[in-house]
Amino acid sequence: MNLHPLAVRIAHWVNALAILLMVLSGWRIYNADPLFGFTFPKDWTLGGWLAGALQWHFAAMWLLFANGVAYLAYGILSGHFRRKFLPFSPRAALRDALDALRLRLKHDDLSVYNAAQRAAYLGAIALIVLLVLSGLVLWKPVQLYALGMLMGDYEGARYVHFFCMAGIVLFVLAHVTMVALVPRTFSAMITGRLRRAP
Amino acid sequence: MSMGERIRPHRGPRLASLERRLFLRQGLSLGALALLSGCELRDSESVQGMLDAMSGWNDGVQSWLFSPTRLAPEFPESRITTPFPFNAYYGRDEIRRVDPGAWRLEVGGMVRDKRAWTLAELNRLPQVSQVTRHICVEGWSAIGKWSGVRFSEFLQRVGADLTAKYVGFKCFDDYSTSIDMATALHPQTQLSLRFADQLLPPEYGAPLKLRIPTKLGFKNPKHIAEIFVTNDYPGGYWEDQGYNWFSGS
Repeated sequence: MNLHPLAVRIAHWVNALAILLMVLSGWRIYNADPLFGFTFPKDWTLGGWLAGALQWHFAAMWLLFANGVAYLAYGILSGHFRRKFLPFSPRAALRDALDALRLRLKHDDLSVYNAAQRAAYLGAIALIVLLVLSGLVLWKPVQLYALGMLMGDYEGARYVHFFCMAGIVLFVLAHVTMVALVPRTFSAMITGRLRRAP
Repeated sequence: MSMGERIRPHRGPRLASLERRLFLRQGLSLGALALLSGCELRDSESVQGMLDAMSGWNDGVQSWLFSPTRLAPEFPESRITTPFPFNAYYGRDEIRRVDPGAWRLEVGGMVRDKRAWTLAELNRLPQVSQVTRHICVEGWSAIGKWSGVRFSEFLQRVGADLTAKYVGFKCFDDYSTSIDMATALHPQTQLSLRFADQLLPPEYGAPLKLRIPTKLGFKNPKHIAEIFVTNDYPGGYWEDQGYNWFSGS
């Protein structure tokens, strides 16, 4: 059975690469003037020094942006989002998430996202949109002043950008953990097909 | 943490060049790791070439986004950051000083009148003030008050070719930078003679700095010795080491 259309698989892996580059270079940029009382270990960062990290960040942002726009356009126009994410119920999402934590969540048909997955994937999309918007404010606080005022101007946007990054990192950790628990979902995101359950 | 503790001066040039070499090596390993998906961008030269090309592309995008009339936000004086942070590519102990009476501003390149200016002559030009936010490439920001001569006014007085591409700055602390003509002519771009209503102190660039609230802090040269107008890309101290040239806000 075809679980993931080719467009979704390409968008997924391009996005994974873009997020990796953005987060690792972003940590090095954060280290130049930490918002909180810690810095990221230098070995976990990309770019080597501030200018290098900025170069990576401002190059990879185009990958993230172009891929994200193509994915959103595909998801909306093809009906992919409607089929996979709707209907969406916060109460069901909470119930499924709690069941999953207690290892009680049944998930026999992997082609249908449960409510916790729908919440997580929609949340990840929303976080990336917010990351792009707050990133634009940090990059162009004067030209995009009106957008910046929605998130507390330049200084507020720094916090929005940081917490959305933290949210995406938590999402990735949970996402990779779930894939490790159900390994055949990994090959499905490459081939599009699901191997039979053992 | 107080502002003063949080702000570290930019690293010195020797350290910076060492870090740049480390960056190239690290760029190689992490870049190769990240680009394992069949790409040929495995050696640091081509990775660096791609990053430089993207930086050039971003110069173009920023120049397109830049509005010559949109003003940077101005703030009430109550929001001024005190103490205002000191920042340079060297530490406080190396701040350069000059005799204001002996100092001259050299003017060169594509201008009609190449006569050097004294501080007194600059002080006699019409003066304007602004309370704007200075944003450092490191991420921090601080609000300050600068007063001086509108830069477009100065460029017109010296008969600068306003169709030229670049205005370059050479500073007597061996710093240099350059900006696009559109930004040079922006109404808030200012040749600053005063900071917080006092004569510009050495730590903030005495006797003359260029204040550009639509660009990052490192594009605001202090201790200016020479201004020149040119069509040949002049680069700059940080720009030559990899910081994005346009660096607009």
